[in-house]
Amino acid sequence: MMFGQTYQQTMQRRNEIISNSLKVNYEQFQTSPIAFDYEKMMTVLGYNIKEVMKIQKEAQVGNTPLWELKQLTKLIRNISPKGKGARILMKDEAANPSGSFKDRRASLAVYEAKKRGFTGVVAATSGNYGAAVASQAAKQGLKCIVLQEASDSDGIGQPEIIEKARKCESLGAEVVQLSVGPELFYTALATLDETKYFNASLYSPYAIAGVETLGYEIASEVQQQFGKEPAAVCITHAGGGNVTGTARGLRKYGNIQTKIIGVSVDLKGLHMASDQDFNRKSFTTGHTGFSIPFTTNPDRSDVPYNAARPLRYLDQFITVTQGEVFYTTELLAKLEGLERGPAGNTSLAAALVLAQQLDEDEIIVVQETEYTGAGKHPVAQLNFAKKQGINVYKGNPEENKPGSTIVIPEHIQQLRVEEIDLERIRESYLRNKLKNQNINKLNTEDKNFLAKEINRDLNYIESYINRNSSVLS
Amino acid sequence: MNIVKKGTWVEVKNIILNPEDRLSQLPKDTKEVPYEMKVKGFLANDANINENATIRTLSGRLIKGELTQLQPEYNHSFGPPVIELLHIGEEEINILNNRQ
Repeated sequence: MMFGQTYQQTMQRRNEIISNSLKVNYEQFQTSPIAFDYEKMMTVLGYNIKEVMKIQKEAQVGNTPLWELKQLTKLIRNISPKGKGARILMKDEAANPSGSFKDRRASLAVYEAKKRGFTGVVAATSGNYGAAVASQAAKQGLKCIVLQEASDSDGIGQPEIIEKARKCESLGAEVVQLSVGPELFYTALATLDETKYFNASLYSPYAIAGVETLGYEIASEVQQQFGKEPAAVCITHAGGGNVTGTARGLRKYGNIQTKIIGVSVDLKGLHMASDQDFNRKSFTTGHTGFSIPFTTNPDRSDVPYNAARPLRYLDQFITVTQGEVFYTTELLAKLEGLERGPAGNTSLAAALVLAQQLDEDEIIVVQETEYTGAGKHPVAQLNFAKKQGINVYKGNPEENKPGSTIVIPEHIQQLRVEEIDLERIRESYLRNKLKNQNINKLNTEDKNFLAKEINRDLNYIESYINRNSSVLS
Repeated sequence: MNIVKKGTWVEVKNIILNPEDRLSQLPKDTKEVPYEMKVKGFLANDANINENATIRTLSGRLIKGELTQLQPEYNHSFGPPVIELLHIGEEEINILNNRQ
């Protein structure tokens, strides 16, 4: 046996291990079996946004450039109806120390770990977050262990994930590479239990408060440069932290009209826990395999109450195809001279479509970019896809089929967005939350909580209960 | 026997869960394979390839496992050109310059 305790023994102690590794007592936030005080949880941190900015400045995180994508804006105006074609801005988060917005998430968590006297941090992620935690840990002089879901049972890993392992190791972190499976959670718990390191969870209040500065910077820079709120901010949506933190930051600045648009790569039909499907995905993050379950059931995460609660903030939830994101990544390089992504360009692909529907005097913001390089680049990812037997060709993106075909658009007019019906997502959230509950016995506290969770009013919840009381009780 | 010297940068492999111990709700293809873990580090003692060995990782932990690789490579790359990407931008530049 690899660890001191069996799977069952470790999982039974999950609350104790999480509590010891975060030093947050989550029980204090619980207000009923269903409800908890989210805003209280976000403030027990003891940092307001100015303090977070100060901590991040010390850590050389944030204050990234906000670029106006002039060529892409002009291109969109040339193909839009007269008077349409919003100005497209992009927050160049690749300028952060480890090359993505995840430095914002990691900076506060690692700062907190150091302050509380931990000697190291553990993060479970195969994405940019690992490099961010490794980079911040290096700056703070803490040890770092990154756990990755890295390969299928043949030992084959996606180039994007192998690149991230390389980057973590170059930043001095130990990388534990695991085969496909949700037992990653057990491995993370066992590692926290053994090392007594800090749990740099993606879903702690620290990780989300760290992203608020991104929304705040966008709001204040757009205000300073253009004297208005952006009409929309497009946010690549996976586990929900990017949407939640950015939206909270926009609101903290005072933006109330800006539409919050979550964008995910469509991976419909691929099973996230399947060994065989693992390498048939050509994106490892920013996709529906994360965003749909995390939006409809946020507390399935590695902390008792997830601080990422995207359904509270989303005004629109859309998908784009893998081929469209690769196309967009190439276009950003060739027209704007910015080689970034690809995963970060998911929201850019959507913005190129949505800008055509907005007026010329409006602003649409793409709120992140990420670094690129060997393994983590359309050329590397498409070569890998071809090796897995995926059919890659140029044509109509409507022919994309996750896991079988990647269709690269032939021209800009072929880009489309697909709407995910937020009503269905809300219903699904309520179904998950109220499973095994007697909905006829919900108290006012519960109902208010549920209303906030799905960004609707109390009448909506009452009507849901009336419609479902006979079915569920 | 291939003796590998203490201090060599290597990779070890471990089975964390055998198929019968894996979560029951997993898809069949995942459930029927073991749950494995690979970690890199410096060999703590001389050891034989494919046998058990102890490494010291970059975080300073000692981890035991089957010694599978010496000086494990990063073999990810860009690979050959992807023709499907090469023409992207040509038509769009024409649109920009009103040369449709």
